Amino acid sequence: MSAIVRAKALRRLFDVSKPWLNRVVEREPKAFLTAVADVDFEIEEGSVYALVGESGSGKSTIGKMVVGLTGPTDGTIEIDGIVITGNDQKAKIAEARTKLQMIFQDPYASLNPRWKVRDIIAEPAKLRGLEIKGLPERLLQKVGLSPEDADKYPHEFSGGQRQRICIARALSSEPKVIVCDEPTSALDVSVQSQVLNLMSDLQEQLGLTYLFISHDLTVVEHMADKIGVLYLGALVEEAPKETLFASPLHPYTRMLFDAAPKLDAFGREVDVPKGEIPDPINPPAGCSFHPRCPLATSKCKKTRPQMRLIGNTRVACHHV
Amino acid sequence: MGAIFAPFLAPHDPFNPATLNLMNGFTGPMTPNQFTQDVFVLGTDDQGRDVLSTILFGMRISLFVGFSAVFLAMILGVILGLLAGYIGGWLDSVIMRVADVQLTFPSILVAMLIFGIAKGVTPAEFRDQVAIWVLILAIGLSDWVQFARVVRGATLVERQKEYVQAAQLIGRANIAVMLKHILPNVLNPVLVIATISLALAIIAEATLSFLGVGAPPTKPSLGTLIRIGQEYMFSGEWWILFFPAITLLALALSINLLGDWLRDALNPRLR
Repeated sequence: MSAIVRAKALRRLFDVSKPWLNRVVEREPKAFLTAVADVDFEIEEGSVYALVGESGSGKSTIGKMVVGLTGPTDGTIEIDGIVITGNDQKAKIAEARTKLQMIFQDPYASLNPRWKVRDIIAEPAKLRGLEIKGLPERLLQKVGLSPEDADKYPHEFSGGQRQRICIARALSSEPKVIVCDEPTSALDVSVQSQVLNLMSDLQEQLGLTYLFISHDLTVVEHMADKIGVLYLGALVEEAPKETLFASPLHPYTRMLFDAAPKLDAFGREVDVPKGEIPDPINPPAGCSFHPRCPLATSKCKKTRPQMRLIGNTRVACHHV
Repeated sequence: MGAIFAPFLAPHDPFNPATLNLMNGFTGPMTPNQFTQDVFVLGTDDQGRDVLSTILFGMRISLFVGFSAVFLAMILGVILGLLAGYIGGWLDSVIMRVADVQLTFPSILVAMLIFGIAKGVTPAEFRDQVAIWVLILAIGLSDWVQFARVVRGATLVERQKEYVQAAQLIGRANIAVMLKHILPNVLNPVLVIATISLALAIIAEATLSFLGVGAPPTKPSLGTLIRIGQEYMFSGEWWILFFPAITLLALALSINLLGDWLRDALNPRLR
């Protein structure tokens, strides 16, 4: 198997400076928010790679960069061996981008309310020049809706049904990679599992590759083959699912597992995670996790840990 | 309705000098003329034109100018608003600053300015023919700002939504995203503003005509009729002023009510 998505030294800054005049008057320099800092990862074709992390850890930004909605400040993304970041070979990039699709978080905002479901689903295929006759109906059946639904408008559907329509739309351009940006976090728990099962069935049937972005560990456990844990825009640990759940190495990963609600711990005291994610405009020096880390030493405050390979796990910590 | 079918409804053709009889001048409403014994429902004006007929024809011109001007303002405002909201950046700044500058002038002043320029550049013999079109242009250009603002605001909201991103990521061109995805979703408020502006445009047209810079007396609109009428207000011939003015009031009121109804009908939360 080969890597279909390869991100190298991915970095994304956001300009959060005040307007020019204010900066001049107040003598402040430009301010940048580091959303993603030097992230490397590879996704094997036909596998599910999950990115987990707290809000503000840069998960969604990575997803948007992979599908090309925003460009990285630094670093490259390759799809099927073609670098899609950068400006040379536009035709090749456009070709590579047709292999990408995305499923969004909010099913209420991701369907155009003025379009019929048929047109919504057919749009990506039409743009690629694929045959669209009967396609919306076939895809609707594939995602568990009825072909007659093609002539309805999005407001006639519930959240779960809308997310199924989103999946159908994503499939219509016959992509290889689908970025799923928290696809179930806006859904009822009862509907979540149906949508997740549908997604893993489709992945097996069609040999899709998912980049699955989530903050929900139980969802990730259900879906993922490999998991990357993000903290403040940087990958702190990456391991196959079984390894990560059996023996989390990074203290942040352990904290996440401890914080997840467990059925057998019902009614017992739980150690809640200490502190908040730090300010990404002024990240702490050294390891960005050290203000919250129980193992932190003076070394952690000075030098940023590099990714090391331990067994199957890549981890960025001085203490493992 | 009356305005559309004016040629069939009106008892007399007010602009055909052959059918006019100067002897019929200043006939009061519903009273027989002292010389010719003709009866006019709303009376006649100084030249013996039937007031009811001139109102019906005047309403046509008023409505035509109003509709066309609002249409022009709408097209202009929607295009500029979409561009400003979707592209953003310096284009947004330029468009919205121009709009702000224009808002600092009363729109009637802008319209008079445009009208004055147009009058200066057109030769005298065409003036009466182009007057209506200049009027449309003047009112349209002075009215686009509110369309642009509303559309820009709505576009800023829609642009953030994920269906727009979904269209962008499959490589849809900007212009297609704007026209096919965003435009249908910002059109509701535009239609509501359009009906309200229609009433305002008709009033603006009447004001301009009243001031003598609008529709020519050979093709009188309601405003022109009111201007003619006010000359006779204190000499007893009240009907020449009164009926066109009442008509204008009723027209503006009914269009405003239509706008209210349209707003309620288009707003799903009130349904």
